[in-house]
Amino acid sequence: MLTKRIIPCLDVKNARVVKGVNFRNLRDAGDPIEIGRRYSEEGADELVFLDITATVENRPTILEVVKKTAEEVFIPLAVGGGIKTVEDVRLLLSAGADKISINTSAVSDPALITAISSEFGSQCLVVAIDARTSGASWEVYVNSGTRPTGMDAVEWAGKVRELGAGEILLTSMDRDGTRDGYDIGLTKAVSTAVDIPVIASGGAGKLEHLFEVLDEGRADAVLCASIFHYGEFTVREAKNYLDSRGIAVRKD
Amino acid sequence: MIAVINYRMGNLRSVAKALELTGERVVVSGETGDIRQADSIILPGVGSFSVGIRNLCRLGLLPAIREAIEEGKPFLGICLGMQLLFEKSEEGAVECEGMGVIKGHVKRFSTNMRVPHTGWNRVWSMGGNPLFNGIPDGSHFYFVHSYYVTPEKKSVAAASTVYGIEFTSAIRHNNIYATQFHPEKSHARGLKVLDNFSKLKGTDNAYEKDNPVS
Repeated sequence: MLTKRIIPCLDVKNARVVKGVNFRNLRDAGDPIEIGRRYSEEGADELVFLDITATVENRPTILEVVKKTAEEVFIPLAVGGGIKTVEDVRLLLSAGADKISINTSAVSDPALITAISSEFGSQCLVVAIDARTSGASWEVYVNSGTRPTGMDAVEWAGKVRELGAGEILLTSMDRDGTRDGYDIGLTKAVSTAVDIPVIASGGAGKLEHLFEVLDEGRADAVLCASIFHYGEFTVREAKNYLDSRGIAVRKD
Repeated sequence: MIAVINYRMGNLRSVAKALELTGERVVVSGETGDIRQADSIILPGVGSFSVGIRNLCRLGLLPAIREAIEEGKPFLGICLGMQLLFEKSEEGAVECEGMGVIKGHVKRFSTNMRVPHTGWNRVWSMGGNPLFNGIPDGSHFYFVHSYYVTPEKKSVAAASTVYGIEFTSAIRHNNIYATQFHPEKSHARGLKVLDNFSKLKGTDNAYEKDNPVS
């Protein structure tokens, strides 16, 4: 049967992995290709590189990183961060990325979703949605979770699916960085509202959190950063734990 | 020399880089000359059936592909590259039908499943397929697709996978091999599939046309 996926996410700036919280106090944490390869050896199902290089002039460096990664890492690679045009996507896919992720640009230009999926296929398009609790529901935020849009997250998820998204990467901005667990309510609401895969993100601190969001939260995959980067848990440990709790994971 | 056909569909770089690990010379090309010179051919691809067949038609690649197959050269279709071997897809063809080299159709997963089928799933071999040499049966491989093939002849199905239904995840007909999953994205076991393919020689299997089941 189809297994649930564990997806490490690396923040990449100027061809180096960086660690930090909310883009402050960023520290160099190594070579993305080497770290990516290590994760794939440990059993990661996919990799995400988030390009946090702010300036347009430095964008070509992520293409180099992707090209080199394609030479050494043979699991799916998704790249996100500052993607605004079909041409941006073309360059990344030609360099060796399998999927790209758009967030703010999907909100400011929903037609981009359709343009990308018609040109390259929906399977290469992940639409990332950042959400914060708002009353009984959740509101979509853009610009790295700083700007409210007034849109309902569950409704927006349905909309992006209609427009051609292949997957949704759902981040709870309330939980992100807290290590208190994912927002189960948000994940479940979006997962039951759409028929495309949902990747949960934001809040993992214990292995039990992964179980909760994959089980009750109905997520198809989990995106993890801190719990792996700081060496607290390995991908292997996470999978062994999930396996012991009855979640189908790939261990070969 | 292995030719990886570039018909503008999908991430070719990963396929090429994965193949290079086998030690064979790899050429990524959309030129019929390169396809003719190759010892084996790979047709990769992600995206829509109609755009795929349209590109193959427009780039004038179909005759060289058919020739290579008829000459008995080992041929591997990956994902869309597998589906295009068939006659027709529910996705609909614009200018051409599928290549029709393998009898059967391409269908969409039903709406009660999450589509595309995205992620790692088990592949169960029907046995005797050199692509799976040295690979434990039931290994996980990476899939990302919304359509699946239904070969007319049971003997063409080389492996199956379960996603709601049991569907054919690899085929073999003489020198024609194909996988619905992406070996270049399936880590060590996927690389082994490509390595096994790279070792196949043209004289191993004489090509016979896949005739309709009577």
